[in-house]
Amino acid sequence: MRQTVRQAMTQQTFITAALTPEQPVPDGLITPDGRPASKRFDVYRNNVVVSLKEALEQGFPAVQSLVGPVFFAAMAGEYLRAHPPKHPVIALYGADFAEFIDNFAPARAIPYLADIARLEYALRQSYHAADSQPVTQSALSDPLLFTRAVRLAPAFAWLPSAYPVTAIHRLATGTCRDGKTVQGGAEDVVITRPAYDPIATAFPAGTGAVLDALASGEALGDAAELAPPRLDLTRFLTTLLSGGAIVAINEI
Amino acid sequence: MLDTSPNDPGTTLPHAAGVGFKPQHFSEISTGDHPVKWLEIHAENYMVEGGRPLAQLRALAERFPISVHGVGLSIGGETRLDPDHLARLKHLVTWLNPASFSEHLAWSTHGSDYFNDLLPLPYTEATLSRVCDHIDEVQDVLGRRMLLENPSSYLAFEESTMDEVEFLRAVVKRTGCGLLLDVNNVFVSANNLRLDAYDYIDRYPHEAVGEIHLGGHDEDEDEMGAPLLIDSHGRETADPVWALYAHTLTKGGTKPTLIEWDTDVPDWPVLAAEAGRAAAMLESLFAEVRS
Repeated sequence: MRQTVRQAMTQQTFITAALTPEQPVPDGLITPDGRPASKRFDVYRNNVVVSLKEALEQGFPAVQSLVGPVFFAAMAGEYLRAHPPKHPVIALYGADFAEFIDNFAPARAIPYLADIARLEYALRQSYHAADSQPVTQSALSDPLLFTRAVRLAPAFAWLPSAYPVTAIHRLATGTCRDGKTVQGGAEDVVITRPAYDPIATAFPAGTGAVLDALASGEALGDAAELAPPRLDLTRFLTTLLSGGAIVAINEI
Repeated sequence: MLDTSPNDPGTTLPHAAGVGFKPQHFSEISTGDHPVKWLEIHAENYMVEGGRPLAQLRALAERFPISVHGVGLSIGGETRLDPDHLARLKHLVTWLNPASFSEHLAWSTHGSDYFNDLLPLPYTEATLSRVCDHIDEVQDVLGRRMLLENPSSYLAFEESTMDEVEFLRAVVKRTGCGLLLDVNNVFVSANNLRLDAYDYIDRYPHEAVGEIHLGGHDEDEDEMGAPLLIDSHGRETADPVWALYAHTLTKGGTKPTLIEWDTDVPDWPVLAAEAGRAAAMLESLFAEVRS
């Protein structure tokens, strides 16, 4: 017979101990002999941290490749304790990992690391974004094309960086082996998703202004006037069209 | 309680072998000749707007019965079910109309944080009433009966006042839900808590079972050198678990049986062979019943 009625252990007590290795195992968790469970509690400690670390490794492979697995594991461990997921859709975990890296002092030696995380998260969002039916190349033959507005695909996105992140990302993920050094400066990265696999393409800094104008419904011609001098408009439009980024061309 | 007939197992899955779907097996599943008759997916992996995973699921659902297996509802949680997550689940179940929906006797969310693991709960009147309230809510929102899966246990709660089978029996009685009997979890828990796995199976309410899970576990030791089994889903189902499965079939009859392999996922032929082993045992039981 128990002499006292044990108070129910709260789940807050359980999870706090599971996430804090230096904390003791909560009272009331026992082995079959009735002894306090210690190594058995470590199974949960391990599972919670490992499963979220693996989710971050899968979501940010270029970041991991740039800093190495040991550094990444330490950084991911700090992040997941401070920022556990806010919902069970792990495919979208890590939205603020880039912001965390911005403020993570040990990562300051790699100033572009947070932008690589931003790019990887944007690629992942694009991968899971709603499907859409793009317009065909023939839509370009519209003689009044430059007076029209366009609607952009849900899987389309762009982001600015002060670094040549597209090339760094390709090198870090091993999808490009033709060079060991990356040159260049600021760029705007355009993400398109033809069919199911997102593609990142670098354009001159300032290109994003054209895309913001298009997204807000301005005519193609008006948006094009915002183009930075180095932007090759033909290549830009071809990237959008072949990437399925334009889903409608509308009269204004 | 949802109005269902007492013998409705809450699923229309075939009494045959299925596997947990992994994207790398898509082509072989779609085109090959194999013993796999149905597929299970983790609900949360498909709670997105579009892209390849959803397209694959739509294609598979045209050819195979699909079981939706949730890992994130936190049915054993102290706090109320997350209404946003329940709405995401409702959306998935509505468009997919799967053959079955199941979740775990565990918790994974606390406050607004999600911990991506199946955490344990004590078995008391208080937790029973909470779990039943949550299952009632899920069944009301989804408009269908759900299956509840028994967990793998590594430790016990001193405050527990009933054992797991008593707890599950009470849940079935109060909510009308069905059960997903994970035979590997029974084996793992029985070892870790020094219980008799065969006694667990003998006392189990088989009439409520709509699906069986099989999977691999790892072997470790606790600090006293006692064997500690870890539910890893990372290898073949162990022989003693197959033996326990055979015993389960003789007790409860044939059931839709799933091979779970979630980490170190093997090439398709290895997974298909595991499913074939379950299929052969189901077939021989069918043959026995017929003769």
